[in-house]
Amino acid sequence: MKQRRSYAQVLINAPYLLWAAIFILVPLFIVAYYAFTDASGAFTMANIKELANYKQTFWISIKYALIATAITFVIAYPFAYFMSKKSAAKQQMMMLLVMLPMWMNLLIRTYSWMNILERNGIINNLLGMMGLGPWKMIGTAGAVILGMVYNYLPYMILPIYTIMSKIDNSLLEAADDLGAHSFAKLRHIIWPLSLPGVISGIAMVFVPSISTFYISQKLGGGKIMLIGDTIERQIQTAYNYNLGAAISLVLMVFVLISMAVMNRFADDDGEGGGMIV
Amino acid sequence: MNKFFDRFLTAAVYVFLYAPLLVMVFFSFNEGRSTSVFTGFSLRWYAELFSSSDTITALKNTLVLALLSATIATVLGTMAAVGIDGMRNKWLNSAVMTTTNIPMMNPDIVTGVSLMLLFVFVGRLMGLATSLSFITLLIAHVTFNLPYVILNVMPKLRQVDRRLPEAAMDLGCTPRQAFFKVVLPSIRSGVLAAFLMAFTLSLDDFVISYYTNGSGFQTLPLMIFSMTKKTVKPDMYALSSVIFITILLLLILVNVLQARSERDAKGAK
Repeated sequence: MKQRRSYAQVLINAPYLLWAAIFILVPLFIVAYYAFTDASGAFTMANIKELANYKQTFWISIKYALIATAITFVIAYPFAYFMSKKSAAKQQMMMLLVMLPMWMNLLIRTYSWMNILERNGIINNLLGMMGLGPWKMIGTAGAVILGMVYNYLPYMILPIYTIMSKIDNSLLEAADDLGAHSFAKLRHIIWPLSLPGVISGIAMVFVPSISTFYISQKLGGGKIMLIGDTIERQIQTAYNYNLGAAISLVLMVFVLISMAVMNRFADDDGEGGGMIV
Repeated sequence: MNKFFDRFLTAAVYVFLYAPLLVMVFFSFNEGRSTSVFTGFSLRWYAELFSSSDTITALKNTLVLALLSATIATVLGTMAAVGIDGMRNKWLNSAVMTTTNIPMMNPDIVTGVSLMLLFVFVGRLMGLATSLSFITLLIAHVTFNLPYVILNVMPKLRQVDRRLPEAAMDLGCTPRQAFFKVVLPSIRSGVLAAFLMAFTLSLDDFVISYYTNGSGFQTLPLMIFSMTKKTVKPDMYALSSVIFITILLLLILVNVLQARSERDAKGAK
């Protein structure tokens, strides 16, 4: 009996373990292989050395992603807090309405913003009627960051709201009874309890922001190059897979390290905030 | 003061979230070719859309890909969840879960590029002229769907009483029979939700498809990408509105199913 069960165990595990090894782990090594070889497959450090030319790109990408993450946090935190105080039916409805735009393809959402912001776009048309403008918005850092905030805001709201809705109200009542001010309640109860949600929110906004290429392509008007744009150009236009792999490798290592560092801050196994889509 | 701030912020966030969607739906009914100057109401872009054979092919491709990848990922992912759930070795268990999380943590562009490089590498080894095709696209979609399937099925499996399949086996079921007759019916709602989630993720994916598809196979997001490289006509907005409504209906279905399974779970207690 025991024998038969362990046999079944192997049989049920084998297909996925094989799949995960070939299509999740091996590709990571292949990226490293390409990063350290040239087009003929010989070992080289040239791609890694060339990364020095992209210092500026990396810096801008990190900066924009950080600013976008900070803005989404400032909007999402009070929004999620207010939402968690509403009636159950209202909360459910509000959550659904937050998630809904996410199911519109990112390309379209971004393109639509281009229509709103461009020179002959909707905002400038409205301004024109009032005799103002036109303002140049496409091609500025503000437009790119706006695109990031817009596209990833729900990713920040969702985990923070999820964890805030679980905070036991009696804790807050007890604090009230003991004479705590609103700020004291925020600082000593709400903030520490909501921290794991904040951390998953930050990860879920920062990672796609730092690696985007479509948002910067459309709202940056071709003037702003982020890491994602550089990878896209090397792979899809220049066909320099080796340099593309080297940049991807650095991006991946950077993201994985930042996630590991952030997870240290949240002494939670990730189940509270949850990676929910 | 607090109340005012609450109302203001809530309203502002929703206006912000929905403004571009309204722009899109509004201009899909534009008579003219512009996506920012409205000249009159018309359904011409919808008519044009459904008579264009490119769009219909892309739509078919997208659905076939989503259906196939979601099915494979659901079967493989459910098996994996059962396997991982039964793992006695703690170290192996956490190694497998970490690996499973990698496609969710990694930026999409890295997942796409890494899979593409794998396919190109293998293609070169085998001496193929082109290494990317429908098959590579399908493999990529199954790969990024798998973690979501596993994470959807796993919690349901944990709720299953372990004594039930054991009792079934004591009564003479083979492990396979015990799974199909006892375990599967009790995790059914999780499996179904996982399938629908995988399906919608696959419908929506652009970045990973962009790196792993062959030239002959166009999906809707890929088509939208090439359309937005030129100046866009309202037909793209019409197309997006149609996709949006379709996904909306699917989501409502998922929600109804989830609500029903929650109600069943409550009823069982």
